[in-house]
Amino acid sequence: MAETVTLMPYDEALERFEPVLGLETHVELGTASKMFCGCPTTFGAPPNTHVCPICLALPGSLPVANVKAIESTIRIGLALNCSIAEWCRFARKNYFYPDMPKNYQISQYDEPLCTDGYLDVQVEGKTVRVEIERVHLEEDTGKSTHVGGATGRIQGADYSIVDYNRAGIPLVEIVTKPVEGTDRLAPEVAKAYVTELRELLRSLGVSDVRMEEGSLRCDVNVSLMPRGSSTWGTRTETKNVNSLRSVERSVRGEIERQAAILADGGRIIQETRHFHEDTGATTSGRSKEEAQDYRYFPEPDLVPIAPDPAWVATLKAELPELPSVRRARIQAEWGVSDLDMAAMHNADAIELVEATVAAGAPAADARKWWMGELARRANEAGTALADLPITPGDVAKVTELVASGALNDKLARQVLEGVLAGEGAPEAVVEKRGLRIVNDEGELSAIIDQVLAGNADAADKVRSGKIAAVGALVGGVMKASRGKADAGRARELILEKLGVEG
Amino acid sequence: MSLIHKTAAELGRLVASQEASAVEVTQAHLDRIAEVDSKVSAFLHVDAQRALEQARTVDERIAKGDKLGPLAGVPIAHKDIFATDDMPTTAGSKILEGWRPPYDATVTRRLREAGLIILGKTNLDEFAMGSSTENSAYGPSHNPWDLSRIPGGSSGGSSAAVASFQAPLSTGTDTGGSIRQPAAVTGIVGMKPTYGGSSRYGLIAFASSLDTPGPFARNVLDAALLQEAFSGHDEFDSTSIDAPVPPVVEAARQGDVAGLRIGVVKELGGEGFQPGVLARFHETVDLLESLGAKVVEVSCPTFGYALPAYYLIAPSECSSNLARFDAMRYGLRVGDDGTRSAEEVMALTRAAGFGPEVKRRIMLGTYALSSGYYDAYYGQAQKVRTLISRDFEAAFHQVDVLISPTTPTTAFPIGERADDPMAMYLADLCTIPSNLSGNAAISVPCGLADEDGLPVGLQIMAPVLGDDRCYRVGAAVEKAFTDRWGGPLLSKAPTL
Repeated sequence: MAETVTLMPYDEALERFEPVLGLETHVELGTASKMFCGCPTTFGAPPNTHVCPICLALPGSLPVANVKAIESTIRIGLALNCSIAEWCRFARKNYFYPDMPKNYQISQYDEPLCTDGYLDVQVEGKTVRVEIERVHLEEDTGKSTHVGGATGRIQGADYSIVDYNRAGIPLVEIVTKPVEGTDRLAPEVAKAYVTELRELLRSLGVSDVRMEEGSLRCDVNVSLMPRGSSTWGTRTETKNVNSLRSVERSVRGEIERQAAILADGGRIIQETRHFHEDTGATTSGRSKEEAQDYRYFPEPDLVPIAPDPAWVATLKAELPELPSVRRARIQAEWGVSDLDMAAMHNADAIELVEATVAAGAPAADARKWWMGELARRANEAGTALADLPITPGDVAKVTELVASGALNDKLARQVLEGVLAGEGAPEAVVEKRGLRIVNDEGELSAIIDQVLAGNADAADKVRSGKIAAVGALVGGVMKASRGKADAGRARELILEKLGVEG
Repeated sequence: MSLIHKTAAELGRLVASQEASAVEVTQAHLDRIAEVDSKVSAFLHVDAQRALEQARTVDERIAKGDKLGPLAGVPIAHKDIFATDDMPTTAGSKILEGWRPPYDATVTRRLREAGLIILGKTNLDEFAMGSSTENSAYGPSHNPWDLSRIPGGSSGGSSAAVASFQAPLSTGTDTGGSIRQPAAVTGIVGMKPTYGGSSRYGLIAFASSLDTPGPFARNVLDAALLQEAFSGHDEFDSTSIDAPVPPVVEAARQGDVAGLRIGVVKELGGEGFQPGVLARFHETVDLLESLGAKVVEVSCPTFGYALPAYYLIAPSECSSNLARFDAMRYGLRVGDDGTRSAEEVMALTRAAGFGPEVKRRIMLGTYALSSGYYDAYYGQAQKVRTLISRDFEAAFHQVDVLISPTTPTTAFPIGERADDPMAMYLADLCTIPSNLSGNAAISVPCGLADEDGLPVGLQIMAPVLGDDRCYRVGAAVEKAFTDRWGGPLLSKAPTL
């Protein structure tokens, strides 16, 4: 079972070989019902409760296509600049597997709904155009769990159980054309493509695109050719790539693995490989050398799809602003540098900042908190920025309190900490923790008197003209007020009390 | 006349007017089943208690003054390929022995809604693959005209039940002739509606692009009433046609051919046909002319390729449709002793659960769809299918309906063709073209062959959604022959 993998260092691999990428992305659509029946599609229900005669493939049951899913697929195709077929059919892909109730998958074969598009992505300040081969609609399979055995795969398992809740959920497959010329940026291009695609799908509202729940799944194809060659090498297909970071790691890892084999005079086996999140390595899966014969033929249980061109035109006109366009607009509005914009994009912060601005915060402040304090907290907690338990409204409130002088930055950080700790909205945290700046002259004056009395030496120094010594007294006031005093006003009052001109 | 010899229309009228109760009518047929089905073997499953319950409900509703359809309280035999949530559904296969669906087929549901009383489920060739019921895993049904002969197939249990007066009506499915051929060889009426005119939802699929539910009856009007009861658009079958059901009942009542243009298909008759069949057919042509129809000969040159095209398309679809019988979720499971893989259990189950003809067709279809052969077989067959549809279209420009013998021969003896698939396949020579093009076609009795005294069927083919024309011509032929014979053909059948 165990396979010994030799890797060639990435830089050396890239000196000798040129990578060619291909990405196949599966997106579970967020339609209310499944692709061919009325069962719900919600994630996380008890096993085999979202099933019916149709998605269990009971004898005699028939599929009826979900029009909403067809609409979503066309919108995805349009957003990816594809041509939309005027007439196309579903096809049956025949193979036996227990998690596929009919033992064929209703998919599309030589007549996909959308063809020939592209998606532009930004990598290191450069625009890379990833061409799209096709976008087609199919149904998901059930989910097998293999119990016993070392690998969690069917080989060696004691037994397997199947949950058919997922069977029949509409699935869109987006296939790129081979991506050449990415050179050493191949891993970054792959990641940027999936990131951009995910954002585009989110902006269309067609899927919740959660890689960890499997509603966005990515198969990464990599092949290498020697520098100077124009003949593509044999490719492998890496599955189980469940995060954006893994997309990047899997490409890098596969380049290093293939380069070592090729440099050693070996040959690449055309196969499916499984990515392991923990090690970043891939292991061999099913060999595709003896290509499986899926015996595709047009699905006779369904009528052809013939989208009315006028309808398609309407869908196109009604597409929302796409992420790349939106980013360019926002960048101009906010007056942000390319670098800062890229940083926000990579941190998935743009939407959060935008929402914070919409809640009334100045763009610069909103960006400062999300990309600073909150990004640091998210990083510490190992969570996505958007998953922090704080809303853009909360952040906007904090910026408002700072602007009004009620909080300084140090106190504001404590307020954010309180909100994140579940102590309530910003005002509640201020109240509970008593974090408001002390700007009551009487209270401040009393604290100063106390500090002056306790620091007679320093007070004398200031009186004698050593103005610099006032710093220690201000520090004492801040300490005594537990940071809540307005330091500038405290300095003014100290100098006043000591009869010195500041 | 006893209740079992009455027409469905008459039984419906008696029940509606409370001159007879649905319970009495049902009981009479249950008694008949008890009396003769040990000889005929039309039924795989009879549920007397459930049938009487349904009959009582109909009687109660009528007593309350509910307005029910014209067939309310009329018993029916239901082909065991339609899902029924209160009876086992086997498709004639061991692989589904004892399987009880959790749902009703659309046809089943509509029968119930129309107040028809389902007596039980009828025998068929396994998964509707065959022309004799000899491929049933539960043994063959017998032809009431001669118990040593086949009742046709695949819907042979349904034809035998109606021809032996165990039910006035039955359902069938026609993929290559599985309603018309059994109707022809048992001397009754069997109709294949336009493809998409009746729902396939809950009909266990053999070949999706060909399977068509349709009615059996002892006369044309009864068949029309039944077709009307279960037809029409179904949102659960996307291939079902969203159009009104053709006026079949009106046409069956009208029954005249004066001024109608009728085409005799040149390619469906002649060599290989039994002389007695051809004699009855030619006699019917003369009859139609005497009734005022204009009869011409029409050539459909591609019909000769229909049989080979069918035996690529139907097996291809069936190889995929039957993949779901894998022992995982329902039906037979063989060899699951904890040591074998899922794949092995699937293979063992399918080896044990499918009969030889089903396996033959799965293998044929798997081959025809496989990479490198697809274009030469499945692809080519689809082209032939298009050409056959064009032949029909051209013919229907010249004539209103086309006619031919329904089958080349009368009922053959059980066992005669069991080991000769090609001879068996020839039984569907005349019926297959209409399945490939999806148009409507009916078989009505046109007499007995001189050499064996067995029934001969006349096939009447009409354009897509021209189902009413089949009934119109069928009713005219039926009326003229009934007058000539002094009663229905079945009155000449031997008593069981």
